[in-house]
Amino acid sequence: MSAREEILGRVRSALEGVERLTDVPVAPRVTTAADRVVELFVERVEDYRAVVTRCAPADLAATVRAALPAGGTVVVPPGLGVEVPGAIEDTGLTAAELDRIDAVVTEARVGIAETGTIVLDHGPGQGRRALSLVPDQHVCIVRVDQVVTDVPDAVALLDPLRPLTWISGPSATSDIELDRVEGVHGPRHLHVVVVG
Amino acid sequence: MSGTFVGMPVFPSAARTALADTQLRHNLAHATSTIRGKRSRLVEEVDESIGGDDSGWERLRLAGAAVKESALRDLDRHLVALEEALTARGATVHWARDAAEANAIVVSVAKAHQADEVVKVKSMVTQEIGLNEALEAEGVLAWETDLAELIVQLGDDLPSHILVPAIHRNRAEIREIFLRRMKDVGRPAPADLTDEPAVLAGAAREHLREKFLRAKVAVSGANFAVADTGTLVVVESEGNGRMCLTLPEVLVSVVGIEKVVPTWEMLDPLLRLLPRSSTGERMNPYTSTWTGVTPGDGPQEVHVVLLDNGRTRALADEVGRQALRCIRCSACLNVCPVYERTGGHAYGSVYPGPIGAILNPLLRGTGDPQTDSLPYASSLCGACFEACPVRIDIPEVLVHLRAKVVDGHRGDRVPKAEAVAMRAAEFALSDARRLGWAERASGVAGRVAGRFGRRALPGGRRSLSRVPGGSAWTSARDLPAPATESFRTWWKRTDGGREETR
Ligand code: SF4
Repeated sequence: MSAREEILGRVRSALEGVERLTDVPVAPRVTTAADRVVELFVERVEDYRAVVTRCAPADLAATVRAALPAGGTVVVPPGLGVEVPGAIEDTGLTAAELDRIDAVVTEARVGIAETGTIVLDHGPGQGRRALSLVPDQHVCIVRVDQVVTDVPDAVALLDPLRPLTWISGPSATSDIELDRVEGVHGPRHLHVVVVG
Repeated sequence: MSGTFVGMPVFPSAARTALADTQLRHNLAHATSTIRGKRSRLVEEVDESIGGDDSGWERLRLAGAAVKESALRDLDRHLVALEEALTARGATVHWARDAAEANAIVVSVAKAHQADEVVKVKSMVTQEIGLNEALEAEGVLAWETDLAELIVQLGDDLPSHILVPAIHRNRAEIREIFLRRMKDVGRPAPADLTDEPAVLAGAAREHLREKFLRAKVAVSGANFAVADTGTLVVVESEGNGRMCLTLPEVLVSVVGIEKVVPTWEMLDPLLRLLPRSSTGERMNPYTSTWTGVTPGDGPQEVHVVLLDNGRTRALADEVGRQALRCIRCSACLNVCPVYERTGGHAYGSVYPGPIGAILNPLLRGTGDPQTDSLPYASSLCGACFEACPVRIDIPEVLVHLRAKVVDGHRGDRVPKAEAVAMRAAEFALSDARRLGWAERASGVAGRVAGRFGRRALPGGRRSLSRVPGGSAWTSARDLPAPATESFRTWWKRTDGGREETR
């Protein structure tokens, strides 16, 4: 018998006579007022010691430029909705090439207020996963109309068939005597630009 | 301590050794109390934000528990759906009855790509099956890439906590390990390395980046596997998971069959419960999800190994089945008075603490002394159940397993002392009213025993080193003397003994 058949057989015999659970209670929703969602998002992202800047759509290009390291190299994904002078557009750079670049600018798919999370689905304007991972600084643009209240709202909007990266602050570890250290392998600097 | 979990002493003697190690005890107490504090603040916050009353967190727990329970009770159907969805998205699905089969599959994938090394993101399941050792035996080096796992691996050591596996090491020891060992396995630590955590983390970043950039094959586990979409989920903090899941050409994920979540939407309560219960954060820094192969993005060859290794045995246990709901958050470890005083190594297993005390016997079956001692590694105070985000009634399963252990020893010519004692415990604990009675009774006993020689346990609790006529078990466990107030009252009054020590 194949391992597959044997395991499924064991599962079936373990569950013989066991009733299925059909009514799974719906998880409760937060009751935060909708008009405070963007403020909450900003607060909660800052809680992770990420830098947050708010700006009007007209000021986006200047805000992004100001967030980038002076004189550093920058990579952007195809389809980014803002001009970043001097940036290299990703055309399938190798990981080693990305490793020599200082910063990356991307957009996002969703912002989650309750948890201070941004989610990338790596579509146009966001780039493949390696792009927002290897460079040490990530500048991420989130539009106010992309910010939702909580995790269930995000789950409903996101397409699981796309690869997704949920980001809540810069990479961090507390492995050494439980001291939080920002920045291990992911970008050590996260700058979120909230536009609109 | 080095080597393997196999052949470790049974809990009582291992716990006594650990109890003597004050550094370990100090680190653990600091870690568990920090996380405990952060977690309880967030539980309050959820109660508030969900609003209306103070039942928000509890309702979230109920939803999380129900999601996992519904998955388990329909596991065969969900596994078949998961396989179908994964295959449709270009992944190769393998099934493994046990550790040896799973290891052989991973080895064969690595060999097919002539890889002599793989990068790994922390996963309990690959530790459970001893994958690193199996790969090494076939000439493939497995690099652990979590900071803590790296510390443990370089220190030729064993992890002591699900979440902070290197909690038994302080910063000076970590610096010393990095300086001494990094150069043997790759990029050396800088000569001027200090013991600042940020500097140590920086050294790990440099050391591991070299490996991430060149690795062809990565190995991961998964926190969740979504049956209806074929999506795997990895929850992490450092970004090493993202590195492993993104940069190599080939990805092998070893997934216990109990990781199944029926639908994408059902991830919701679990994604809210896990980080808050685990690290005491609203959300962990990174969560990655992927569904088979995405052309042009990430690994183009994706394997998923669905592992049994005792899970169907646990599933068949009517009372014990709930342990398979576990999402490995480690909240039960952080509230456990026994764990806080002994550390993870004393459990002699990959899964320590209260969950380990039930999961190991459920996966392996009872019968060997190491496993049989685990259900006794608890005072049944119930704190683990209260903390558990998926409402696993660990005390209930402990009592159930104790009965199984005792039954297993029925044939022994001389009844084991603990068998007799624990049979009585089971009788008392099977009924809350009787428990109240027993606690009041032992309160009386405590006042009497108080006149006999006692010595202090760590944390100022007095222990009875030898109960008159006491069994070997009592002596080895440094069983606290019967208290003048019941354990549960004392626990509530002193926050598990911590108030008393301040
Ligand atoms: S048993 Fe519950 S509290 Fe313990 S690790 Fe598992 S999910 Fe967390």
